[in-house]
Amino acid sequence: MKKSTRFEKIYLGIVFLLMYLPVAVVIIFSFNESKLPVRLTGFSLQWYQKLFADRDMQEALVNSLILGAASCAVSAVIGTMGAVGLSRIHWKTKGALEYISILPLMIPEIILGMVLMAFFYMLNLPFGMLTLLIGHTVFCIPYILMEVKARLVGMDPSLEEAARDLGATSLRAFFDITLPLIMPAVASGSLLAFAMSMDDVVISIFINGPRLSTLPIKVYTQIKTGVTPEINALCTIMLAFTVLLLLVYSLVRKLYRKLR
Amino acid sequence: MKQFKRLIIPYFIWAIIILVIPLFLIALYAFTTEGNEVMTLSFTWGNFAKFLEATYLNVILKSFWLGLLTTFICLVLGYPLALIIARCSEKMQGLLIMLVTIPMWINMLLRTYAWMNLLSDNGIINNLLAKIGLGPINMMYTDFSVMLGLICNFMPFMIIPIHTSLNKMDKSLIEAAYDLGANRFQTFWKVIWKLSLPGVVNGIMMVFLLAISSFVIPKLLGGGQYMLIGNLIESQFISVGDWNFGSAISMILAVIILLSMSLMKRMDKEKGE
Repeated sequence: MKKSTRFEKIYLGIVFLLMYLPVAVVIIFSFNESKLPVRLTGFSLQWYQKLFADRDMQEALVNSLILGAASCAVSAVIGTMGAVGLSRIHWKTKGALEYISILPLMIPEIILGMVLMAFFYMLNLPFGMLTLLIGHTVFCIPYILMEVKARLVGMDPSLEEAARDLGATSLRAFFDITLPLIMPAVASGSLLAFAMSMDDVVISIFINGPRLSTLPIKVYTQIKTGVTPEINALCTIMLAFTVLLLLVYSLVRKLYRKLR
Repeated sequence: MKQFKRLIIPYFIWAIIILVIPLFLIALYAFTTEGNEVMTLSFTWGNFAKFLEATYLNVILKSFWLGLLTTFICLVLGYPLALIIARCSEKMQGLLIMLVTIPMWINMLLRTYAWMNLLSDNGIINNLLAKIGLGPINMMYTDFSVMLGLICNFMPFMIIPIHTSLNKMDKSLIEAAYDLGANRFQTFWKVIWKLSLPGVVNGIMMVFLLAISSFVIPKLLGGGQYMLIGNLIESQFISVGDWNFGSAISMILAVIILLSMSLMKRMDKEKGE
């Protein structure tokens, strides 16, 4: 509406500085030669080399990637089917089901974590990859379900009916018409779920078991001991990964808009 | 369109087994005593009575207080920011909102850790202070560092809903207020603030929910001894092993959250009328 005053600009600057400066410091010091995170002494990649040589770290990364991909795949199937089913039922329970579908995003993570821990313990499930996988679907499915549901709402139901009128079986109509139309939403929801799974600490801590650790858990246990250049390097890599995922996500979103 | 109703079955089963049953389980834990078996069916109020002990009561009060304070500061700092952003040109708004959202994507651990670099006793700020001859200030592991972490982490959750409702507002109403002779303060208080209330309520609810249930931030910036509700739950489950008490705490946390949410909703409705 009108140009912002100098005071407003300064205010914006200060708040953004508070948000970004700490992260910038982490990145800068990950390339610093000195071990002390105080003075810049020179450019060096040694902390990255140390990090890549660390066996535990590699294992944690592989675990995180497997877990992310698996929970994302399982959630995509259940979540998409759930969204389609939810759009087609008119039971009395529909409202309750819709409420349940966003429940995991409303309950604090810490409660979800402990609830799952107690549950798995009761079932005598050994804590490990399986419990992590089930646990991660708890927050992955709602993301995918919501994205697909939003897409289905915007979709013209007559398209599928037209296909049926033209003689396609209901199965064919679903696979040829509906599924391709909701695919972009499935893809963007899955990416979001993948990112969330790769980032999760709180729920994972409760259900990972003694031996298995994912990348965020590894970072968490190391951070507790204090600031080191290796963690700075690790955080920088994770940040780069997040940025990459975000770029892919926005690309998918763009594609999705074009299809509309 | 009546086909494929059955597609919901896997989701339905998943929701019942993984969400609903475990949640009931916790309620059961909270009201029973510990036994040799995983769960006994001897009911008790003892787990809740334990809260009346001063240590636990203090933890709850402190979490509540820190949550309120964080929410309040986020509102005071975030509202003007949302207002400034809403007054920029369309293009600039997109850019600024993106700048606000990006930190939400960065791992919370990373953002919290980033502050440790700056705040620790031999960290960057203290080194800069030493250069100009000021003694080291102890900032890590205090209420200050925890609050700072909470505020910086949750600020976007306040700014975005407020900005959304400010943006949706009919701008001609502001002009109308001026035309009718209202001064800047009156226009803000009677028009802009009133119309942005839904966003404010959303922001307050989100930040308060996140702040009162946070557990990683107080653990990292407050140190191992720092106790908020989240840390208490974690310690009961992981180190102490008193699951019944742990479940009771989570139930209290859930009740606090539900109560404050319904309170906010009611306030929102009353204001809206």
